[in-house]
Amino acid sequence: MPATRVSSTEAADRLIRELRAEHGELVFHQSGGCCDGSAPMCFPRGDFRIGGGDVLLGEVAGVPFYMGGAQFAFWKHTHLTVDVVPGRGSGFSLEAPRGVRFLVRSRVLTTEELRELGEPV
Amino acid sequence: MTYVPPNHDGAIVRFRARYENFIGGDWVKPAKGQYFEDITPVTGRAFCEVARGSSADIETALDAAHGAKAAWGKTSAGDRASVLWKIADRIEQNLEKLAVAESWENGKPVRETLAADLPLVVDHFRYFAGCIRAQEGGVSELDGDTVAYHFHEPLGVVGQIIPWNFPLLMAAWKLAPALAAGNCVVIKPAEQTPATMMMLMDLVGDLLPPGVVNVVNGFGVEAGKPLASNKRIAKIAFTGETTTGRLIMQYASENLIPVTLELGGKSPNVFFEDVFAKDDDFADKALEGFAMFALNQGEVCTCPSRALVQESILGQFVERAVARTKRHVPGNPLDPKTTVGAQASNDQLEKILAYIDIGKKEGAKVLTGGGRAELPGDLAKGYYVQPTIFQGTNEMRVFQEEIFGPVVSLAPFRDFDHAIKTANETLYGLGAGVWTRDGNTAYRAGRAIEAGRVWTNCYHLYPAHAAFGGYKQSGIGRENHRMMLAHYQQTKNLLVSYSPKAMGFF
Repeated sequence: MPATRVSSTEAADRLIRELRAEHGELVFHQSGGCCDGSAPMCFPRGDFRIGGGDVLLGEVAGVPFYMGGAQFAFWKHTHLTVDVVPGRGSGFSLEAPRGVRFLVRSRVLTTEELRELGEPV
Repeated sequence: MTYVPPNHDGAIVRFRARYENFIGGDWVKPAKGQYFEDITPVTGRAFCEVARGSSADIETALDAAHGAKAAWGKTSAGDRASVLWKIADRIEQNLEKLAVAESWENGKPVRETLAADLPLVVDHFRYFAGCIRAQEGGVSELDGDTVAYHFHEPLGVVGQIIPWNFPLLMAAWKLAPALAAGNCVVIKPAEQTPATMMMLMDLVGDLLPPGVVNVVNGFGVEAGKPLASNKRIAKIAFTGETTTGRLIMQYASENLIPVTLELGGKSPNVFFEDVFAKDDDFADKALEGFAMFALNQGEVCTCPSRALVQESILGQFVERAVARTKRHVPGNPLDPKTTVGAQASNDQLEKILAYIDIGKKEGAKVLTGGGRAELPGDLAKGYYVQPTIFQGTNEMRVFQEEIFGPVVSLAPFRDFDHAIKTANETLYGLGAGVWTRDGNTAYRAGRAIEAGRVWTNCYHLYPAHAAFGGYKQSGIGRENHRMMLAHYQQTKNLLVSYSPKAMGFF
């Protein structure tokens, strides 16, 4: 299997499918900072404006997953798995009213994965 | 003595079973008739219901605010200050009750809400009551016959979105300057902590003319977004994280309105070797400054979550810092002896545990803590984390991301330049701490660190009258200070000629 930077759990995939049925095409943007920061935000695609500095990490359940470039510089050696947990969130992420919240779990990319992704090892 | 949980026999706090929105001076049912449960992180159980507002409720609130803005904006500064002062008095008279309520809803220790959150709420209302009386416009004499007058005018109706980590204090930081400046407000509390704001409106609602303060609860996407993107607000203020901060700026750009943002940080707390030159009060104070990472369970935008320690004292510092951290008392937030309470929500707990996990996987060493805190009885289903110290290097993710938990990452530095370089290797610049007995070092470090506030030989003080705000990705604007008035005011310039003669151009 080719190396990826981001993947998702089955529970996250199910939730993404439900949200897509309700809101149409979606986009993820990984947040940073206070409160609900360091959590992925899920928006209707086109609502959040992806900037020139944002980096596309990959797709989860067909939904593009972005992160700010400066933040990516500190994250690029890790693999992210989008999961979902009971919770309330804050911010404008679409899933919060359902009483659940997207979350990223992380692991360090292996040397082989880093090489395949074109990162220095 | 541990406070009795709210709504139990003998409790000093009684939440209503259900809170409506507060609009136009009245309790107003949400348009869709929906409510959501408010959960206390102390036990993980719901304790009341709160209106689940939507765009229709935001519009109703904006109607009320626009209806009130002409009269409130023309109310004299003296009368507005008087209202703020009365609000402060009313809060002070009910301080213990609000402190216990805040502790129950947010999970923070009551020793903090009694000693910090609520007294600071009072302080901020009084400060801005004073500020607006002392504020003066300007007169510029351009030449003998021409004068520029500068008047401060309110913006009109502003939107404010409040975070869950200091629900009442963050509301006060935003409400006090906005009201002092003569604005009407539509405020959206965090969905994790909506109830104490409604309790506050129960207490002070009668002091405000109807429509001056309107509170709409609900979820970000359902109530926050229709507020932030609304054409009828003249400004939006937000405390939260970077992605939502960007979205709010994006909405503001569509309406060409100003924003103020406070988006968090990853604050360095720098300990130079001379802190242990003597084993005295100051050395003890510095260690207390280190242990502040667990204040409010680390759910503070300025959590001193990167401890940078000069390598010549590293061994001694680690030993004493671990011992000091172990003196923290985790437990029931309603027990005044507790120093580390519950994380505010289940997703917050899960996020912190996910960070502790990646910290370990990246090879950071756990010096103490490193997991969920298991507490007995009713607290077993609450959201508790052990105060945790990692030792590692500044490029690790636990050094770069705001975990918003009682987790500090410690790394050594060689010398002054190395300390500053490491301190500044972050996307953020909200707070920082510098600890040294040398005034020159303190001054140079404080000026060199790229952060809006550098606590010098102290930490986590939040008095009104000291500007608070961020460099870099930490945000825009300065709260807690007179200069925040400028973020809630227009400048009106009257450029007046007192000459009876034509200019002679035509």
